[in-house]
Amino acid sequence: MGNKGLFGKGLSGRGLFRAASGAVATLALSAAISATLSVSAFAEDTMGLPTDKAMGWQPAGSALKRQAEWFYDDLLLPIIVAICVLVAGLIIWIMIRYNKKTNPVPAKFSHNTLIEIVWTVVPVLILVVIAVFSLGLLRDFNDMPKPDVVVKATGNQWFWSYDYPELGVTDIESRLREDAKDIKTAHAAGIPYLLEVDNVLVVPVNKVVHVQVTGADVIHSFTIPAFGFKIDAVPGRLNNTWFKAEKIGTYYGQCSELCGKDHAYMPIEVKVVSNADFDAFIVKNGGKTRAMIASDAAASAAAAEQAAETASASAAVTDAASAAATSATTSASAAPVSGAAAAH
Amino acid sequence: MSSTAVTHERDTHADSHAHDAHEHKPGFFARWVFTTNHKDIGTLYLIFAILFGLVGGAFSGLIRWELAEPGLQVFMKGSMLDSMGLFNLSNPDHAKHAFNSVVTAHAVIMIFFMVMPATMGGFANWFVPIMIGSPDMAFPRLNNISFWLLVAAAVLLVTSIFTPSGPGGEHGFAGGWTMYPPMSTHTGSPGPAMDLVILALHIAGASSILGSINFITTIFNMRAPGMTLHRMPLFAWAILVTAFMLLLSLPVLAGAITMLLTDRNFGTSFFDPTGGGDPIMFQHLFWFFGHPEVYILILPGFGIVSHIVSTFSRKPVFGYLAMAYAMMAIGFVGFIVWAHHMFTVGMSFDLRAYFTLATMVIAVPTGVKVFSWIATMWGGSVWFTVPMQWAIGFIFLFTVGGVTGVVLSNAAVDYSLQDTYYVVAHFHYVLSLGAVFSIFAGFYYWFEKMFGVKYNKWLGGAHFWIMFVGVNLVFFPQHFLGLQGMPRRYVDYPEGFAYWNMVSSIGYAITAVGVVVFLIMCLEAAIVRRKGEANPWGEGATTLEWTLSSPPPYHQFSELPVIKEDDEHH
Repeated sequence: MGNKGLFGKGLSGRGLFRAASGAVATLALSAAISATLSVSAFAEDTMGLPTDKAMGWQPAGSALKRQAEWFYDDLLLPIIVAICVLVAGLIIWIMIRYNKKTNPVPAKFSHNTLIEIVWTVVPVLILVVIAVFSLGLLRDFNDMPKPDVVVKATGNQWFWSYDYPELGVTDIESRLREDAKDIKTAHAAGIPYLLEVDNVLVVPVNKVVHVQVTGADVIHSFTIPAFGFKIDAVPGRLNNTWFKAEKIGTYYGQCSELCGKDHAYMPIEVKVVSNADFDAFIVKNGGKTRAMIASDAAASAAAAEQAAETASASAAVTDAASAAATSATTSASAAPVSGAAAAH
Repeated sequence: MSSTAVTHERDTHADSHAHDAHEHKPGFFARWVFTTNHKDIGTLYLIFAILFGLVGGAFSGLIRWELAEPGLQVFMKGSMLDSMGLFNLSNPDHAKHAFNSVVTAHAVIMIFFMVMPATMGGFANWFVPIMIGSPDMAFPRLNNISFWLLVAAAVLLVTSIFTPSGPGGEHGFAGGWTMYPPMSTHTGSPGPAMDLVILALHIAGASSILGSINFITTIFNMRAPGMTLHRMPLFAWAILVTAFMLLLSLPVLAGAITMLLTDRNFGTSFFDPTGGGDPIMFQHLFWFFGHPEVYILILPGFGIVSHIVSTFSRKPVFGYLAMAYAMMAIGFVGFIVWAHHMFTVGMSFDLRAYFTLATMVIAVPTGVKVFSWIATMWGGSVWFTVPMQWAIGFIFLFTVGGVTGVVLSNAAVDYSLQDTYYVVAHFHYVLSLGAVFSIFAGFYYWFEKMFGVKYNKWLGGAHFWIMFVGVNLVFFPQHFLGLQGMPRRYVDYPEGFAYWNMVSSIGYAITAVGVVVFLIMCLEAAIVRRKGEANPWGEGATTLEWTLSSPPPYHQFSELPVIKEDDEHH
């Protein structure tokens, strides 16, 4: 409904600036309206999917993305709309006040030191404000809390493959489903066209998921718009990012670096599930949950130190478990890393 | 007024020169092929730019046609496009590849064969020598070879579109104008099409480097007596800064694509991790060229718009020195912000923070320019001619594109917007609606001067308004698509992106009507041939080209003009 409003204003605006001997006002008007709309655009609130006719973000699925949305919607957008409206307003005023008829004799000034200082310093101050928030947000994106799960996503021409290196689940190939390749069959199956995959990436809710990304052939890019991250899958490099999904549900993304003919046909589908469901998924795929790995470690530690006292044995269990976890992460990020992990 | 007196004196001079110069024009072939005359070369460049603008525009039409609705309609067997036989759409793989290759060719053509030839080739050749009071360019023969090298480059590029590239023999390089390896090495594009693209860019680059050397030499050495750098018109300033940027950035591109060439053909592994190389190194090299390149595209437009705004406000440019130094600042900062194109490749926190901050800095000199144009109009007696409409349109639309650039400079927001249609909207606002509007502004501003005939004002006005509505309809909704996460360079998309894509495609149809009106305008002027005046714009037009006849004599300034301190030739 908001979209019709935009065009309605645009069209009626056309008559208006004709009368004012031609103006550039329409677009500023549209921009201003779109600004108000984009904040409250998603009426249908479809999680993790693009919404038709929407003018703003997909709903956020993580606290970080919500922060990024706030930064854009409540700080950047008002500033940039204000600048556009100011420029448009000045131009319209010039058209009305300083045209050939209303001002036949032009002024001759060509300098005004004060105004020049003002329009240099004020933008600098605005940018400083933006930069403070921007760098804070960048820091938040960059500083990964201690991860609960590590997943590795590999971009291939033209599908994604997923590993859970710590949990012993490897090589889950995730391809666009056949019936999602055609609008009719997708509708019949009740799945989103070009988005539904055969094997989804499963992660637990409210846990820090450390995503390692690499490319097998050419560069791809791994992203989930609802979580606000995007990281390139570069051959020969292991890139790192992270997210923490807040709600159980399905979230879609699409490969975001041109990778050949089927670039548009290798979506990313993440299923956020409860911890129990996640453990079940891992076991079903032949892996071991964290608890199982810990108890295995405890068992082997106990076997190795049969003679030891009970108290010292339980201490060793904790040590061994944490040592195992640390070595897993270190070896996983041994390749040239950057971003999140490197900054620590 | 002393300056008007000087102008009149010069008018008579020009006329007397015009008489003896008229007769020395060579025959058609010698004049247009072997030409060393900066005005004729400028005209050749403009014709070249218009032709390739039509080709690039047609390619964008194919893109918008395909993207009008979800599902494949155009790039598929049996479509109307297939029946034209231009592209091999025999199976879905070839068809999807053809779409990507059209996207790639659209970008390369618009950048290297449309905007750059129009600004650096066309207008700069035509008006830099005249504005600085010089009889011609410093190296007229070099000027000729610059143009014909560009033609050779264009032939190579067009050939590449019909040359095998993909593993299945698909035609045309389809890895985007950014040519990131491994998409551009044997892994992604084994066929010879990519080699042709590399050679095309080498030759186009050589052409631009030679042109830049020519402009720098001309501007430094051939200014009329009394025309100090600080009295030089802003368009000449813009070209000087642009020429330096080309000279410093193109060799980096040449180096990068040469390494790509040897990776492809001679077994080196500069960008191949299995041989110790790094694909990201190419991106650094490419964007060290690529970011200055976008300022190369827009800076001449800054110069053109400054003159138009001043002329039709009948006021001198506000803050002339600040305008000149703002361009230098933009040129300098343009070289140290390149990795903001690479926020998602996995750079350290420090690098991302630095490139965020450095990129924001560009907003300051750019803001100075926008506000100075407004201040130039402020208090003026503004005459809304066709070129002035284009210039005002430019100022506003460039502002819109500029502020979304500030948005994208924030790495943390760029994670959501990188490689989405938000980026497409942003750079088309500054280039398609910025640079192209400035080109049309310059075209109408100097039309009468260059061709000696008047254009039809009604057609010019219709051209502006139709284009203005059309391009905004094309690109404004793309911001919404980007916020919703639609990735760029996609042949097809989920249904959640359908509505705004349709609006965008309707906008393209309107823009196409605008282009037809433009062609009719050119044709009408050529047929009716209303005789042009030396200075149709009145007292506001103070630069030297308006002291000459329209068109100017074949060889101008046989006797050099002398610029005095109180002249207003900028």
